[in-house]
Amino acid sequence: MDILNYPFMERALIAAVLVGITAPAIGIYLVQRRQPLMGDGIGHVAMTGVGLGFLLNASPVWMATAVSALGSVLMELIRWYGKTRGDIALAMLFYGGMAGGVMFVNLAPGGSNANLSSYLFGSLSTVSQSDVTAIGILAGFVIVVTLGLRRQLFAVNHDEEFARVTGLPVRALNLLTAVTAAVTVTVAMRVVGLILVSALMVVPVAAAQQLTRSFAATLAIAGAIGVTVTVSGTVTSYYQNVPPGATIVLLTIAAFIVLTALATPLARRRARNAAAARPAGDPVECAIPATRGASDEVGV
Amino acid sequence: MAEPVISLRGVRAELGSRPVLRGIDLTVRRGEVVALLGANGSGKSTAIRTIIGQVPLSGGEIELFGTPRRAFRDWRRVGYVPQRTTAGGGVPATVTEIVASGRLSRARFGLLRKADHEAVRHALELVGMADRAKDSVDALSGGQHQRVLIARALAAEPELLIMDEPMAGVDLASQQVLADTLTRQVAEGATVLLVLHELGPLEPLIDRAVVLRDGCVQHDGPPPRALGQHALPGHDHVHPHSADAEPIRTGLLS
Repeated sequence: MDILNYPFMERALIAAVLVGITAPAIGIYLVQRRQPLMGDGIGHVAMTGVGLGFLLNASPVWMATAVSALGSVLMELIRWYGKTRGDIALAMLFYGGMAGGVMFVNLAPGGSNANLSSYLFGSLSTVSQSDVTAIGILAGFVIVVTLGLRRQLFAVNHDEEFARVTGLPVRALNLLTAVTAAVTVTVAMRVVGLILVSALMVVPVAAAQQLTRSFAATLAIAGAIGVTVTVSGTVTSYYQNVPPGATIVLLTIAAFIVLTALATPLARRRARNAAAARPAGDPVECAIPATRGASDEVGV
Repeated sequence: MAEPVISLRGVRAELGSRPVLRGIDLTVRRGEVVALLGANGSGKSTAIRTIIGQVPLSGGEIELFGTPRRAFRDWRRVGYVPQRTTAGGGVPATVTEIVASGRLSRARFGLLRKADHEAVRHALELVGMADRAKDSVDALSGGQHQRVLIARALAAEPELLIMDEPMAGVDLASQQVLADTLTRQVAEGATVLLVLHELGPLEPLIDRAVVLRDGCVQHDGPPPRALGQHALPGHDHVHPHSADAEPIRTGLLS
């Protein structure tokens, strides 16, 4: 494995493993609460952070973390208080975030859109040692939240109304989900890039649930798919000299297609087994209750 | 008289800017089974959802177990069964995973111990779903799904059950299981407030019926005997239900 002789590849592979675990780990909750594209929105907002990093000569990773966390909290607040125009407010946040990024980068001394490109599409050779440290710390936070609080997050994202009655701090958990998603975006930014990060949050989860019946198994398999595609995508990118982000996302989609093809016969067999296990003479669910009058029938 | 478990005084609530509850008084005492009846849009579900804090009040006050709702923290005493349509996420989940989330009100830091897993299994047995514990909820029928949601509420071993249309879209076999489950809970001393479209198989359990119409209490007393059309407030009640019944507010004079 000559690939490990290069320190930059070693750093890239560490980052790839962390991204492969964290992106689906938070993505599963976004899919569960039917906001799969939230990662995409946060990615747009994070561009302003990257631009600010260049402009203020600060670390783009940490600036992106701060700005996207702020943006995700704002999105969550719009979700609570926003009435009918919530979607418009979100659109302005997304595109404002992108425009801010382009503007700040170009205002930075000697800056141009070229500086943004490695953040937009991911780049292995530019992952520095301090990036790896930052990614490691942030990934640790994401793993602690998504695995440590999985029962609470599962309950809130499955049925918010019920979760409130179990006494869970619903709003705090929603905010934590949003901030964790924002942190994950910046973890993944260096490897897959801001434009493609959302794919790695959503597609492994969608692929995993072709095979699974339980949340726990979906989480585990999505993580396994995530690590497999990020590591193999990174290696492919090195040998074939192709962009890592695009390679990883295309591999993820390929995994989705393969698993979907495999899942069809599996689902058929499960249905057959279930039918065989069911005792004969089970009541037919669609029977119309004979005793019940049509109470909502209106006679005119 | 037993102490009040739920008490609503002059409760008002709005959805958007439309007033949905216009001053509701409702008391449910320990051990009572109270049905909340009324036509679609009369405010039944909104009334339930103000009690659990999902819909904010614009006036009036609510107490749970004698504590103002805002200060109430003892949620393990309450089991809630929402309308089936509100539940369900975008990721597969097993019956056990769903029911286990009902136990979180008793679990510290979300850690389920052996006794908690035991309670989850027991709740599934109560609704006759223990054999489907490892199945995905997506594979269940409407009635089976409803039984799972009731098991989820029972997992915390609550003293008070609040249910929103537990019989809606439920097949006959599951209706009977639900009625039996509820009968057992009531026999063990549970207090129940439930929204119903019609009394149906639960009729023998109901101590008192509260009928809402246009966000006002129209009737509070013994359950209306009649079924079908007659159980709805749209039906003109020309006969009194009992001597001490509340005056009927038809909404025509207000």
